[in-house]
Amino acid sequence: MSPDFLNVIEVILNGLMAGIMYSLVALGFVLIFKASGIFNYAQGVMALFAALTLVGFQTGQVPFAHLINATFGTDVHHWGSGMNTFLAILCTMAVMILFAWLLERIVLRHMVNQAPIILFMTTIGLAYFMEGFGDLMWGADIKNMDVGLPSGGSFWLEDVTKGWASEGSEYYGMYIDVLDVWAAGIAILLVISLTLFSQYTKTGRALRAVADDHQAAMTVGISLRSIWIIVWSIAGFVALVAGIMWGSKSGVQFSLSLIALKALPVLILGGFTSIPGAIIGGLIIGIGEKLFEYSLGGMIGGATENWFAYVLALAFLMFRPQGLFGEKIIERV
Amino acid sequence: MLYREAGDFKTSYAADQQTFPLKLDRWFVWGVLAFAFLVVPFFINDYWEKSVLLPFLVWSMAALGLNILTGYCGQLSLGTGGFMAVGAYASYKLMVAFPELNMFVVVITSGLITAMVGIGFGLPSLRIKGFYLAVATLAAQFFLVWLFNKVPWFYNYSASGQISAPERTVFGVAVTGAAAPSWATYLFCLVLVVVFAYVARNLTRGRLGRSWMAIRDMDIAAEIIGVSPLKAKLSAFAISSFYIGMSGAMLFAVYLGSAEPTEAFGIDKSFLVLFMVIVGGLGSILGSFLGAAFLILFPVLMKNIMVGGFGWPADLAAHLELVFIGGLIMLFLVVEPHGLAQFWRITKEKLRLWPFPH
Repeated sequence: MSPDFLNVIEVILNGLMAGIMYSLVALGFVLIFKASGIFNYAQGVMALFAALTLVGFQTGQVPFAHLINATFGTDVHHWGSGMNTFLAILCTMAVMILFAWLLERIVLRHMVNQAPIILFMTTIGLAYFMEGFGDLMWGADIKNMDVGLPSGGSFWLEDVTKGWASEGSEYYGMYIDVLDVWAAGIAILLVISLTLFSQYTKTGRALRAVADDHQAAMTVGISLRSIWIIVWSIAGFVALVAGIMWGSKSGVQFSLSLIALKALPVLILGGFTSIPGAIIGGLIIGIGEKLFEYSLGGMIGGATENWFAYVLALAFLMFRPQGLFGEKIIERV
Repeated sequence: MLYREAGDFKTSYAADQQTFPLKLDRWFVWGVLAFAFLVVPFFINDYWEKSVLLPFLVWSMAALGLNILTGYCGQLSLGTGGFMAVGAYASYKLMVAFPELNMFVVVITSGLITAMVGIGFGLPSLRIKGFYLAVATLAAQFFLVWLFNKVPWFYNYSASGQISAPERTVFGVAVTGAAAPSWATYLFCLVLVVVFAYVARNLTRGRLGRSWMAIRDMDIAAEIIGVSPLKAKLSAFAISSFYIGMSGAMLFAVYLGSAEPTEAFGIDKSFLVLFMVIVGGLGSILGSFLGAAFLILFPVLMKNIMVGGFGWPADLAAHLELVFIGGLIMLFLVVEPHGLAQFWRITKEKLRLWPFPH
């Protein structure tokens, strides 16, 4: 095989891996949208917040150390050597559940029956709030995350692919980050378990009932409030997983919250209400932007990854506004 | 008793249809304008100009524009930053190409150019709405900023990729560049904002504004009673982009002086303007001003209290500011979704009854 062809395969594979990361965030969006009709802009910031909290617990930072020091003139920063990874993940999950509960009590409870656009803007406010709150709690510096996942290129793959290239050509094998492969595996597991949860458990069935019709769900005795807390907790869990993956890949920093914006075109492609749609949309965007950058990006100045996804989504909207797997929108006066 | 509609009789249709039909409103507006035009320019100094008055005027213009699109026509847009960048770069190219041009002409022409771009990106709104449209406008935001970063023609092949405003004049007085006096830049922006706020107010009271509001309230029903969604939506996009483009030109040429697209016109600017519109009040001209004033003054105030008053480090203050602004947005949406403008309406109601409780 010629090196050019192998390069294209490598680009596609890397795009696939990036796409899975987008899908992880998009999944959180779809879950909340399906169960409450809220389009949660804060999903990316939730991932950032979860990652910050996890690192904070792992390294044993004192929360709000900055604020405490400024107010009382003390100098606290750490309360010990920190927790092991497993315990830290559990504690972070507890924080995310607490957050979901508070959010329902303080904000969402008052927002029933508001227009979707108002709810959307509320989540933008929430995103700002959480961003400031996370920084306030754990500090804004870029942190390294290490939860024990392997990373770096795979030598085995490099050796194998080097053998594929035709004799005498200069080809040094494919570079694929092992971490991405792990992320792909975890994402697949997550999707399978979420699908099983929503299909075969009582709570999952209640979730789907709420998604179908709020009022009908309430008349058969499903508590809307507890369902919302559960949904936001699950979204917090997905955010935690996405935060761990993105955090291990590129450090825990503010740009993490911007991947949420990338999830929007993913959703448009896949449809707002479909879990498989979120996955496939993510893959299309991931492969599409990598291939576009590889083939045409050099000619028009590079860094096309910033906007390619949005323009692709825009073009897609013209032909199929409900997305690949979304439900057809029917409107009545 | 303090605020009365009763007894204010009109004898002609023109008087009945004027912009502010009530005598009290009219006096109030004239009073504010007289203060802004006749008093402030004599007392303005560099601090007030740079940190309060100019940003307030520039962002009011942007908020007016977004309020026309989102508040009156109901089309959510997250591309404000991108459209401001179009205005800024259009004004830059005009200023460089035609040094003799009056700055008013430059700013208004930049607005017109932005309106064209706005119509282009508004086309998807004919097929899609709501979040889908928000994503389409995000495409505008990221694509436009990337374009201004990557195509050297826009920044005249300068090595740094920045654009900086040369000194340009209005009737012989410099309003851009480092040497422009405070009162001149202030008056320049004030004139633009006052004139176009007046235009916006009358547009929204007229046929066009009513067709926007019909589309906002229920697009299908509006179409059935004969409002053309094509005309209403595209005109809203065009006029909104016109305002936003002018504010971008003012931001770059008069206020900042030099700009770099990712810094000055990033996605956070789009959200800032959206917040102004929400806090001020969706679908209210007065609200645009209140929202802009609030979101410009609030951080200045917070910074003065926390850094100046408590002696806290600046980064801590910045984080707390984010928390407060996010919290306030949620509070407003929960408690008063109609924004500060609604408080003003309630106040007027109270003043009408005062001193009686009912």
